[in-house]
Amino acid sequence: MISSELVDLSRLQFAMVALFHFLFVPLTLGMTFLLVIMESTYVVTGKQIYKDMTQFWGKLFGINFALGVTTGITMEFQFGTNWAYYSHYVGDIFGAPLAIEGLMAFFLESTFIGLFFFGWDKLSKVKHLMITMLVALGSNLSALWILVANGWMNNPTGADFSYITMRMEMTSFWDVLFNPQAQAKFVHTVSAGYVTGSAFVLGISSWYLLKGRDIEFAKRSFRIAAAFGLASALSVIVLGDESGYTVGENQQTKLAAIEAMWHTEPAPASFNLIAGINEAKQENDWAIQIPYVMGLIGTRSTTETIPGIHEIKAHNYQRILSGEIAAKDLAILRANPHDTSVLGEFNAHKADLGFGLLLKKYTDDVTKATPEMVQKATDDTVPAVTPMFWTFRIMVAVGFALLLMFALALYASVRNDFMQKPWLLKWAVWFIPVPWIAIEFGWFVAEYGRQPWTIFGVLPTYLSASSLSSASVIGSIFGFFALYTGLFIVEMYLMLKFSRQGPSSLHTGRYHGETAHVGGGAMPTHAPADKI
Amino acid sequence: MLDYTALKLIWWLFVGVLLIGFAIMDGHDMGVGTLLPFVGKNDNERRVVLNTVGPHWDGNQVWFITGGGAIFAAWPLVYATAFSGFYWAMMAVLWALFFRPVGFDYRSKIDNAQWRNTWDWGLFIGGFVPPLIFGVAFGNLLQGVPFHFDNDLRSFYTGSFWQLLNPFALLTGLVSTTMITAHGANFLLIRTEGDVYKRSRTASMIFSAVSLALFALAGLWVMKGINGFVLTGGDLPDALPNPLDKTVVMQAGAWMHNYSAYPLTMLVPAAAFVGGLLSLVFAMGNKPVMAFIASSVNMLGVIGTAGVSMFPFVMPSSTDPRSSMTVWDSVSSHTTLELMFFATLIFLPIVIFYTSWAYKVMSGKVTLEFVKRNDHSAY
Repeated sequence: MISSELVDLSRLQFAMVALFHFLFVPLTLGMTFLLVIMESTYVVTGKQIYKDMTQFWGKLFGINFALGVTTGITMEFQFGTNWAYYSHYVGDIFGAPLAIEGLMAFFLESTFIGLFFFGWDKLSKVKHLMITMLVALGSNLSALWILVANGWMNNPTGADFSYITMRMEMTSFWDVLFNPQAQAKFVHTVSAGYVTGSAFVLGISSWYLLKGRDIEFAKRSFRIAAAFGLASALSVIVLGDESGYTVGENQQTKLAAIEAMWHTEPAPASFNLIAGINEAKQENDWAIQIPYVMGLIGTRSTTETIPGIHEIKAHNYQRILSGEIAAKDLAILRANPHDTSVLGEFNAHKADLGFGLLLKKYTDDVTKATPEMVQKATDDTVPAVTPMFWTFRIMVAVGFALLLMFALALYASVRNDFMQKPWLLKWAVWFIPVPWIAIEFGWFVAEYGRQPWTIFGVLPTYLSASSLSSASVIGSIFGFFALYTGLFIVEMYLMLKFSRQGPSSLHTGRYHGETAHVGGGAMPTHAPADKI
Repeated sequence: MLDYTALKLIWWLFVGVLLIGFAIMDGHDMGVGTLLPFVGKNDNERRVVLNTVGPHWDGNQVWFITGGGAIFAAWPLVYATAFSGFYWAMMAVLWALFFRPVGFDYRSKIDNAQWRNTWDWGLFIGGFVPPLIFGVAFGNLLQGVPFHFDNDLRSFYTGSFWQLLNPFALLTGLVSTTMITAHGANFLLIRTEGDVYKRSRTASMIFSAVSLALFALAGLWVMKGINGFVLTGGDLPDALPNPLDKTVVMQAGAWMHNYSAYPLTMLVPAAAFVGGLLSLVFAMGNKPVMAFIASSVNMLGVIGTAGVSMFPFVMPSSTDPRSSMTVWDSVSSHTTLELMFFATLIFLPIVIFYTSWAYKVMSGKVTLEFVKRNDHSAY
């Protein structure tokens, strides 16, 4: 029997390396597009300052990108090293988008990022801009493919189980690709990345403005970030709601946990703004509710009901009983593939096989499961409500605070009075790290919310881990922790150093502190055009 | 729909192509990383060395990532069993690779000798360790790996990390390291001049010669001292993949069977020898591009030799031969193999096209003047 300790350690390691990787990815996604906007402006207007902006923000982008690449390699290793049974069981489907991601997106992004940094003197303006665009396209395509893979984990369409190969096999690539969950996740995630990039540029530009240095450079950066940030923040919220839309049972389970909805309410259900959750009694002690809102968000109708946790569990109880039969038949078929006497029964219950496998946490021989075990497995099918409820609310609150900030920043940009609003500039500086809170909590809601499954309804997390010793995984957790801590310190050091230096780090002689006679704000637009 | 057996064969070839592509592309910048502290005697020389691969290392690394992804998609059971079985070896590769992106990108951002020297050794580790461990891994594949499947196809590795480091595997590890280093040296011949060029030329000749000798030694060892594996029943090429549905025996000299059965396959090890020899000759004769092509052929031959010797085995099991994985029984479904076949057929030529273009744009020697002039923008 697999040890629960090993599974928990494997989950801890995955959460650790994925959350760490996800510190760098969103900024990459956002910065590449901001660089495209800045460089396009340079190519259209021919103004040197926009080239300087592209190069300076590109420098900060590069510091971040290096760790994105470093921590990204880990992710590809993780499935094989620590989730070997998962890799075998669903590799037929899950591996394909990952391989295509490499072929279509990583090559594009990584080949052209070299030319982005090294090609300024070797390429024409327009060609260099094309390169920058291809980097942005590459990084966004990579997000698409990994989210196609992740969307399939939540809503495993286009696949079927084979008892001969003992795994899930792809039946329709188009169903996997055009999985509605994958599409919604993609837009929501990349938009969150754009928000992160915009808040980063907006905040650092605001800091220069507060210091009264590099004014022209900072003002232009501020405006671009404000406009792009507002559009992106709207996209995250509108299309985040889209991913809350109830597609499939998995989303319904997540939704019920996120909203602490213990019982199915008459439609349209009300929304728990905040609540006192009582996990032991499986109910809320109190709640501040807004009538109708949940029903409208969740079903886009006034008549459809949203299932509550108790109703979901009652349904899952039946599926586990049915899955028990499938698991029993599967054992017979595995022992003798030619014994087709149980095949009819197996096929009738195959859709619930995953639910039967949930019992493996409590007994090796599923046919010997007691009613208590079935009840325990049923309780497992809904993730803990409290962490889901609160992380989701923090994510949403942060999202709205960012939306407000970008709206005010854009308004001030249009009126051109943000220099007179130090409170807004300070807000932007303090909010540089804030998008990451929403992003990491968003990851938590999505991944913790899928528990107890790695593949919803198909493969329990408990069965997915590699057959390793706990000591091995503890060892690697320490290794990752030490290396990642070291790398993070180095990255932050460089990021802060170059942010403080500002555009003077380009050594063009046009910026703050570089020439004695030009004080606080240089006038780069009057500076002689560079050789290009 | 393409024939399942044909697709299984094609995917064996494709994995080979991706591994060889990795060796040629990522291999040359790993070789450059290995040589960095030795062919660059001062900071400016080291910056010359770094900037030869500066625009390309990241794209090259994708050969590795895509190779891993393709094995996941086409041979999921191999990916699962090898990565989890070789757990600590994989962690060592991974952690060594950590030093590359940050080493390249951060090293020259701070003007401090100790900082730069530290990252230089980081790049050395990132260039030296992965090829060594891949070579060790191949050595273990050739000897069989202690693992088995249970009835649900869950894999169990029953060996230890230290037993991976046995004498034969260390020998194949050195074959891999030396060929990659020679290849990296040949790339430096193309892109440098002066002292760095001279030192790289010496390195290229030494490592080519050593690599050839070690490869020959490993070949003799495989012939005389190692048990190969023979398929004795089951495992029909067109059947649904099930590794437990076959019988396998271990037999001395079995890894030579393919060469006697299909003599044309002897061209593969021949390519390794000819390529290695020509690399030596061209480096001596100051023909950098030809030397680079020759070392590429050498690596094609070396990797191909391992593949051809073991065919149809991919990862044989020394403790439970029946669990051995072959190109017939550890692959993805017909649908996925076909999908990935077309995806590779479409995208790989595109990738090769724009990679070539990127190299063309950045072609020419990296000089001391260049690195001094681009103090703040280049590596």
